[in-house]
Amino acid sequence: MLELELFIPATINGLTTGAVYAVIALGLTLIYGVLHIINFAHGSLLMLAMYGVFFLHTLFGIDPYLAIPIMVPVMFVLGYGLQRGVISRASHGKDENVLLVTLGLAIVIDNLALYLWSSDTRIIDTPYAFATIEIGPVLISTPKVIALVAAVVISVLFWLLMTRTDLGKAIRAVAKEKMGAELVGINVNHVYAMSFGLGIACLGVAACLLLPTFYVTPQVGFAFVLIAFTVVVLGGMGSFMGALWGGLIIGVTESLGGLYLGESLGQIGIFVLFILVLLFRPTGLMGQRS
Amino acid sequence: MRKKVTAMRQTKRSSKATSRRQFVSGALGAMIAGTASLGFPGTVRAKTTVRIGLVHPVTGFLAFSGSQCRAGGLMAIEEINATGGIHSMGGAELEAVLGDAQSKPDIGASEVEKMNEVGVAAIVGAYASSIGLATTQRAARHGIPHVVDVCVSDAIVERGLQNTFRFGPGYGTVARTAVDNLVKINDAAGRPAKTVMIIHEDSLFGTGTARLLSSALPDASFDLVDVIRHPNPTRDFNNIVLKIRARKPDIIIPANYYNEYILLARTMSQYNVRPMAIYSVLGGTASSFKFLKEFPRTAQFIMDCNHWYDPGHPAALALRRKAEQRGLYFTYELFLSYCATKLLADAIERAGTADREAIIEALESSDWSDHFMPYGPTRFVNGQNQGARPLNTQILEGDIKVIHPAEYATADPVFPIPATVQGNA
Repeated sequence: MLELELFIPATINGLTTGAVYAVIALGLTLIYGVLHIINFAHGSLLMLAMYGVFFLHTLFGIDPYLAIPIMVPVMFVLGYGLQRGVISRASHGKDENVLLVTLGLAIVIDNLALYLWSSDTRIIDTPYAFATIEIGPVLISTPKVIALVAAVVISVLFWLLMTRTDLGKAIRAVAKEKMGAELVGINVNHVYAMSFGLGIACLGVAACLLLPTFYVTPQVGFAFVLIAFTVVVLGGMGSFMGALWGGLIIGVTESLGGLYLGESLGQIGIFVLFILVLLFRPTGLMGQRS
Repeated sequence: MRKKVTAMRQTKRSSKATSRRQFVSGALGAMIAGTASLGFPGTVRAKTTVRIGLVHPVTGFLAFSGSQCRAGGLMAIEEINATGGIHSMGGAELEAVLGDAQSKPDIGASEVEKMNEVGVAAIVGAYASSIGLATTQRAARHGIPHVVDVCVSDAIVERGLQNTFRFGPGYGTVARTAVDNLVKINDAAGRPAKTVMIIHEDSLFGTGTARLLSSALPDASFDLVDVIRHPNPTRDFNNIVLKIRARKPDIIIPANYYNEYILLARTMSQYNVRPMAIYSVLGGTASSFKFLKEFPRTAQFIMDCNHWYDPGHPAALALRRKAEQRGLYFTYELFLSYCATKLLADAIERAGTADREAIIEALESSDWSDHFMPYGPTRFVNGQNQGARPLNTQILEGDIKVIHPAEYATADPVFPIPATVQGNA
């Protein structure tokens, strides 16, 4: 049976693809999972970050991985500014308004990108784009292995941030009891903006990890945003380790589904798994009961 | 016929009941016409415009191809207006009404509704087969002539729609030509290739092309080892390439859109999968100057059976220069849409009116030959241009060369690709 030979390579490939999903979902789990901001602009901001990496490479010759220290602060400032200056002001603290504001932001960003950079598919060529690591009969793409390592590192960093720092405590406090947090002197607006900024900074990393192997167009965010929402809910709202596991599981499910059911039908596997997990564990894989 | 009789009756009725306003405007019109014929400056004559709808997917996953189509249509309109517009209508200018199908058939159909409301005389579109099916159907409801620029599904011209005219070939013709030419290329090389694998996208275009190839290839003595379909967008091609590595086909036939094609080609390069030939059928990317410029190493030796222009035609070369001066790639989307728009303009010229029914009649009897495609003069039977056919191209020495048929060939095919670049599979 041919597909049996491919089982291990396909599983490893799924893990590496899932790692990228996990990085995108890590940012979203902070924004959506912890603060319950449904950020429809997540995909559009990922696209913006990917264009950032693309132009850093084509205009200044900066390698996508070396662009991480540039993209992270840039995206953080953008996220912080958006939350403080646009989302919080326009939504007046109402969840349904946040939904509309982020949707509006997504439309504006997408169309702006279309206007500025046209719908041209852009891709960069790096010396290591075609590099592979050979483990026995299994060939793994080097950029994807880097993404897997990065996803684990970022998950641990986020987990440390949330459990060991004052900011993490403040974020958790605001998520649990907003008014209570405000009463004990936490600057809620600042905490919201910090969380949003950190979540968007994550997209900066994701863009740097994606671009050596993927293309960028103004629509590229759509390919990832639905998966990211699925990962967040599957892993458990607000759980960083859950987002990592969720991403990896979805990557493997997609890969094996594609292998056995065909690439078109294989996508069903993701949502079947999603429904099953929610049926038997409504809080997600690693989510806590509120 | 009945329609015409009713229209004549209506004309008679309305001529009996001429209102004062109609009389005054008619008299004024006659006065202006009279003055103009006496040598009054031409500027006094109000130049009419004919509205042409251009509906393409300029956003969504087909955005690149849709934008290229739109650019081609607009270049044709610009050229026609610059050379005096529609002469039979007193130099009437063409005005583009732009529609974005957002890569979704239902949106394409609603764009046609909007175009109908603003009174377009005809429509050119809609690049993708699935969108074209919807736009032609909706245009038929309003009697709007619809010239199809790309849309290769044969269902486009098999529904008996009187308003639909496809300039380019359908996938039936393309698949037959592709298999015939593959046999010729393989025979000429001493029949080294025996096994084939098809990788196609899962919408109407890819599925239909793959179905036709799947039935024709075994008849041509090729062993079809697998047919793999994938959605749009596909984020990762590793699994598909793993399957290709495992099945080791001699020839790989991709039939998909640009973004997926480049991911597939790059992943194949990554895994060092280099069969005897990558032989695209309507692969799009394989005969794209953009792909060639960005990935010369990956693109080398890829063959394609696709829409292509007569490589020696001066008008094609002039349009290519013009497109490149504007920073555009000279892709099949651009030049097919350009030709489709010019075909429509020719019909309007011969009809001498913006009346939809008259344009449909002019298209039915079209014998337009002022184009650079290898089709000969247009002749429509059930809405399909009978002379439309694809050409075979191969990327050689950093350029796209025509390798089949002989009358258009600019190079001999390189098949199988040199052993030094062949890898697994």
